[in-house]
Amino acid sequence: MLDATTQRPALPHTPGVGYKAQHYSALISDPGCVGWLEVHAENYMGQGGRPLAQLRHLSERFPISVHGVGLSIGGEGRLDPEHLARLAHLVDWLNPASFSEHLAWSTHDSHFLNDLLPLPYNAATLARVCDHIDELQETIGRKMLLENPSSYLAFEASDMTETEFLRAVSDRTGCGLLLDVNNVFVSATNLGYSPQGYIEAYPLDRVGEIHLGGHDEDQDEHGAPLLIDSHGREVVDPVWALLDHTLALTGPRPLLIEWDTDVPDWPVLEAEAGRAHAALGAAVS
Amino acid sequence: MMPGQTEFTAALMDASRPAPQGLRDGRGRQAGKRFDVYRNNVAVSLTEALEAGFPVIRKLVGDEFFRAMAGVFLRAHPPASPLMMHYGAEMPAFLEDFGPAGGLPYLPDVARLELALRRSYHAADAAPIDPASLAAVPPVAMAGLRLHFAPAVILVTSSFPILDIWRVNSGAGGGAPRPKEQTALVLRPEFDPRPVDPGPGAAPVLAALIEGATLAASLDRAGPEFDLPALLGLLLSNGVITGFDLED
Amino acid sequence: MSNHSKSLVIAASLATALSGLAHTATAQEQEKCFGVSLAGENDCAAGPGTTCAGTSTVDYQGNAWTLVPAGTCEEMTITDASDGVERMGSLEELDRDLPG
Repeated sequence: MLDATTQRPALPHTPGVGYKAQHYSALISDPGCVGWLEVHAENYMGQGGRPLAQLRHLSERFPISVHGVGLSIGGEGRLDPEHLARLAHLVDWLNPASFSEHLAWSTHDSHFLNDLLPLPYNAATLARVCDHIDELQETIGRKMLLENPSSYLAFEASDMTETEFLRAVSDRTGCGLLLDVNNVFVSATNLGYSPQGYIEAYPLDRVGEIHLGGHDEDQDEHGAPLLIDSHGREVVDPVWALLDHTLALTGPRPLLIEWDTDVPDWPVLEAEAGRAHAALGAAVS
Repeated sequence: MMPGQTEFTAALMDASRPAPQGLRDGRGRQAGKRFDVYRNNVAVSLTEALEAGFPVIRKLVGDEFFRAMAGVFLRAHPPASPLMMHYGAEMPAFLEDFGPAGGLPYLPDVARLELALRRSYHAADAAPIDPASLAAVPPVAMAGLRLHFAPAVILVTSSFPILDIWRVNSGAGGGAPRPKEQTALVLRPEFDPRPVDPGPGAAPVLAALIEGATLAASLDRAGPEFDLPALLGLLLSNGVITGFDLED
Repeated sequence: MSNHSKSLVIAASLATALSGLAHTATAQEQEKCFGVSLAGENDCAAGPGTTCAGTSTVDYQGNAWTLVPAGTCEEMTITDASDGVERMGSLEELDRDLPG
C-alpha cells in the first residue's frame, strides 16, 4: 500500500515486531498476523555482510520502520554529521515506510553513552530539539516521528509538561509523533501522574505509530514504585488496558511489540502480536 | 539550578559522585536511586556489549573478572560512536596495560582476533573471482601477479597460539593449546567469518600479498615448510580473492 | 630465484591448487561463528530491572581490586615467545606480574 502523499509503502494498521535475527526463518515462512517490522538504524550501518543482506530480503516482504537509537536529538552539542550522513544513506538505500527517533540524548563530548537520557522541558531544550529535528528532516528528505521517553525522574528546570513539549516540537518542525504506551505507563507510575490523563493530553492526531513493550518493577529508596523500561518480558495487563483506552481515541494505528532483552522464541512473540491484533480489531468495531 | 549534560555525564560515569542537583521524583524529593537507573543502564548495557563482543576473553578470565574489568574499560573508553558494532576497539591496548590480567600476556592478541571477526562480519561484500580466470594469466607473467583481497579478510599475527586458544574456548574443538606462534586468517566465504590457520610459513607471505606486493616479492618472505599450492587453494576456495592485476 | 623461475613455480602451484578446488570446497568444515552475529547490537531498552549494577565504584589500582582471572585460562600454560617465560592463570603466577 502506498501512502498517498509520499508515494512510499505505508505502515499498515496491523501488529509489527522489533526484528531480531533469531526470528528470521519464522518471519519468512509464516509471520502470522505480523504485517511489518521495525529495525534499529544503527545495526544496519556496517559496510555489508549478513545484516544488510537480511534487511534487503525482509524489505521485499514487509514494510519496514527504521527506528534510530543513537542520534542524540536532545544533546547539547551539535548532531554528529557523520551519523546524520549514515542515516541519510540508510534511508536512501532502504526507502523505509517510516523513520523515527527518541526525545532523549545519548552522546556528550563525542562519547556515546548507549542509553536514552532525560531532558528538562523548557524553552531552551525546545529550541535545541527543534533545530536538530529540522536538520535531520532536511538531511533525510522526509518527516520523522518523535517518541515519548520513559522517565525515572523529573527536572526542576522543566516548565512545560511532556505532552505540551511534544506538541510544540511537532508544531514547529512538522514532525509526527510515536506514542509508546508502555513508556507512558512507566513514566506516569514513576512520577505519579495519570497515564490516561497523559494520553488524553497527547496530540493524538499526529501519532503515526504506537509502541508496546515489557517493563521491570523496582522501588526507590522511599519505597515508591520504580518501573524500568527493560523490553525484556510480556506487556502487562494495565498497559494493554491503556492501549485500549488509546485506540478508542485514535482508531487503529501501526502497533509495534518491542522485545529487546531476553528475546523469547518466536511463538511467545507471536502471541504478543496476536494480542495486539485483537486490540486493533476491537478498536475498529 | 539545572544540571547540564557535562555534569550529568560525569555523575553517570562515576558512582562516587552524588546525583546531580535539580533532579526530582514525582513528589519533589531529590532523585537518588532514580538517577542510579541511568548509571545502571549505561554500565550494564556497555558491559553486555563487551561480553557479546569478546566471548573468548570472557571465558578465559571468567565471568566475574570480565564484568569487573568491563567496568574499568567502559569508564576509560566509553563508545566514541553510536555504532555499537564497533565498540571495544581499544580492548587490545587496554589489556596490554591492565595489571590484574598481566599474567595472561596472550589476551591482547585474542582480543584482536575477536575484533577481527566482528569487523569481518560487517565488512563490505565483494564478489570473488572465478578461480579459473587466473589460469588465463601467461605462466611467464605469474611473478608479477598481485591479488586483490575481499574487505572481510583480515590477518591476525601473534607470538601465541591464538587460533588454538580461540577454538578451544568457542566450542570449535581442538586440544589444549601448546606454546607456539600462530597466525589467524579471518575468512568470510559468505556471511559467517571464521579464523583459519594459513599453514606453516604462510603468515609473512600473506601479509605481503594483502599489502599489495606481487607474488614474486611475497614469496621472498616465505618461512620454512611454506606450501604455495595449499595457500592458493585456501584463498581461492573461500572467496578471498576478488580480483588481480599484473605488474608491468 | 629469478622472476622467470618464480613464475614457473607459481604457475605450477596454481595448477595444483585449481585441480584441488572442487574437492576442497566440499570438504570444507562449516564452523559456525556464534556470537559474532549478535555482538554489538544497538537497542532502545533499559538494562535489567536493578538499579545497583552501575553504582559500584571501580578502582583497580587501589586496594579495591581483589579479583584474579578465574576462567579457562587456568587450564592453559602458554609460553611467551618473546621472553620464553611460562605463564598460566594461577594465582601464584599472577601475583608476580601485579604492580607493587
